[in-house]
Amino acid sequence: MNTSVKNTTRLLGAGLRALLVLSVICGVVYPLTVTGVAQAFFRAKANGSEISDGNGDTVGSSLIGQTYNLPKRNPDDPQEAAQPDLRWFQPRPSNGLGSNSVNQRYALILSGATNRSADNAELVTWVTEAKAAVVADNSTPSYTVRPEDVPAEAVTSSGSGLDPDISPAYARLQVHRVAERNNLPVRQVAELVTEHTEGRTLGFMGEPRVNVLELNIALRDVRKG
Amino acid sequence: MSPVTAGVLQLLALISALALAYRPLGDYMARVYSSERHYRPEKWIYRAIGANPSASMHWPAYLRGVLAFSAVSVLFLYALQRLQGVLPGSLGFVSIDPDQAFNTAASFVSNTNWQSYYGEQAMGHVVQTGGLAVQNFLSAAVGMAVAVALVRGFSRSRTGGLGNFWTDLVRGTVRILLPIAVIGALVLVACGVIQNFSGIHEVGRFAGGTQQWNGGAVASQEVIKELGTNGGGYFNANSAHPFENPTPFSNLFEIFLILLIPFALTRTFGRMVGNLRQGYAILATMATIWIGFTALMMWTEFAHHGPAPEIAGGAMEGKETRFGIGGSSVFAVATTLTSTGAVNSFHSSYTGLGGGITMLGMQLGEIAPGGVGSGLYGMLVMALIAVFIAGLMVGRTPEYLGKKIGTRQIKFAACYILITPALVLCFTAVAMALPTPADSMTNSGAHGFSEILYAYTSGANNNGSAFAGLNADTQWFNTTIGIAMLLGRFLPIVFVLALAGSLAGQPPVPATAGTLRTDKPLYAGLLLGTIIVLTGLTYFPALALGPLAEGLAS
Repeated sequence: MNTSVKNTTRLLGAGLRALLVLSVICGVVYPLTVTGVAQAFFRAKANGSEISDGNGDTVGSSLIGQTYNLPKRNPDDPQEAAQPDLRWFQPRPSNGLGSNSVNQRYALILSGATNRSADNAELVTWVTEAKAAVVADNSTPSYTVRPEDVPAEAVTSSGSGLDPDISPAYARLQVHRVAERNNLPVRQVAELVTEHTEGRTLGFMGEPRVNVLELNIALRDVRKG
Repeated sequence: MSPVTAGVLQLLALISALALAYRPLGDYMARVYSSERHYRPEKWIYRAIGANPSASMHWPAYLRGVLAFSAVSVLFLYALQRLQGVLPGSLGFVSIDPDQAFNTAASFVSNTNWQSYYGEQAMGHVVQTGGLAVQNFLSAAVGMAVAVALVRGFSRSRTGGLGNFWTDLVRGTVRILLPIAVIGALVLVACGVIQNFSGIHEVGRFAGGTQQWNGGAVASQEVIKELGTNGGGYFNANSAHPFENPTPFSNLFEIFLILLIPFALTRTFGRMVGNLRQGYAILATMATIWIGFTALMMWTEFAHHGPAPEIAGGAMEGKETRFGIGGSSVFAVATTLTSTGAVNSFHSSYTGLGGGITMLGMQLGEIAPGGVGSGLYGMLVMALIAVFIAGLMVGRTPEYLGKKIGTRQIKFAACYILITPALVLCFTAVAMALPTPADSMTNSGAHGFSEILYAYTSGANNNGSAFAGLNADTQWFNTTIGIAMLLGRFLPIVFVLALAGSLAGQPPVPATAGTLRTDKPLYAGLLLGTIIVLTGLTYFPALALGPLAEGLAS
């Protein structure tokens, strides 16, 4: 009995020493080395791909999606639904985003998806309402959006809730509305969309996409210009 | 180009990249685990541990090493989370509650990486980088060590020795995982994955005002999360978060990392048993399942049956624009056929049948190609069952790789394959029978049941992905899933090492004309059939109540 206790203790001691040594290698030396190299050679990317507007002010990250909503009528009312600011290109819905539930001295955004199943009644409602809103918001006197023209990603929430992109189809669908609200020629706005459309990487990886923040920055520059 | 064509091309690119890496990496790993030479820094590590790296261990000693190291790891990671509130470098985040800290410690040490916490608001730099990411390396190295011990059981004769656990652990970490991780992390940073130690800071917004971000050593953790088939995300959205997986290329690269070692280990296996064709037979079985599942997943997701996807015009709920349906489907299958559980899209919002495919992938036992190490040893246990069934059909004592598969070996193999289904089905049944666990469901009906079935499937099989509508941060789920993860990891390891010991002690049996050739396509087909029949018989009733009911209704 005594020897087995002693042996177990010795074995656990060896395990602890192994853990500590390997923790120093994998948990200190390795991440610091990678951070050092990353900060030396890829500084902007390692720090979040921040992006500035025409005035040089940082307006976010080109990787992280934002919302483009009107100010709330009553800023203290958490129930008030946000209304999209239709002067700007609109991103995908983000019904899965959350806010901090612990460590509440911070106001962090919690990335996430809705996790609603394909047959979930609430999801069916969200998608139906989003589709109706996209049709209504984007139809102008000279341009009618048909429900079948609305692409799937325009009415569904992404996995992260922070999807920075929309499909080129959804961007083109917003062109007439954006042009009208900003008093710009349709052709000029359509050109902006074309300039900001990124195809598949090497022609086959991923899907074609338009970065909404970069597009809106360019739009704001055109409005000022 | 249509999205379907692009999806197929991405799969083909992935297959090509894996094929290119297969030989060099597989052979390199065989050399790492066979070499007699210790590098100088490794000798320092052995001196610190107080272990003799050249002493070969019998299976009980090898097992005691695995269990002692893992027990210490669980305790250490638990303590780190409980003390987070007073540790510097933790962004001022509070300590984690006991039930969640236990769940998380069990999760990361068992290579599961089930997460009942939100990474970005709960875990500071010290716990993420110094605790969780460290276990991403070490739990993977433990899995590879156990797999190599089993391979040595086949390749050695009349000896009880399976090698030295400390040597296998250290070499797997410093010679295999670390070098690939360093290169991979820098590739990810070049794509846009963040790598810094900033605190929580304000960044401007387009519409005015600011947003709060936390920094972190994300790239260095992301790469080992995939390479070690761990899966625990730095952020809640895991590899759907643009800071973890920013581009279509980074997406394919991460899938490549997930599959890299599990597939290459079949070459290592062939090399170490002295017959590469044996490794190819295992590889063929794994690859057939993987490609078949990926094709099925693309088919059901592109077809997008179900009320919400039909109204939307596509199954894009929970998927990112840059990956699309193709890039998401390939990831979802790779992550659930291995023990990874990282997600770039949310399985709960897949079509009913798509969700079923992710669940079935885990229920196969994660052997196609499976987790690092655990995939190979899981598949080799299945290989024994297959030769046993073939032996029954012709009335011969089965053999595999020149070893007699007798009563003792089959008992160990049978125990191995019974453990996880027992854990999954019993815990699911109890959770469904009790009044409160169902309160955690977001969805109702068949999908609500699927959320709980998925949770225990994921835990007991050490996957870690979720139908994340389930609120798993309750004492019930934290505790029971924690237990399922530990038992689902370490009980099978007990039987694998016992099996390895019993094989290593045998004298070799010469192959005769009556020996089943286990390096031929016929055998690979038999193995495939065995896996499907065994899993089907075990899980069909449960699957019928969940994803099949949901999928067939739409």
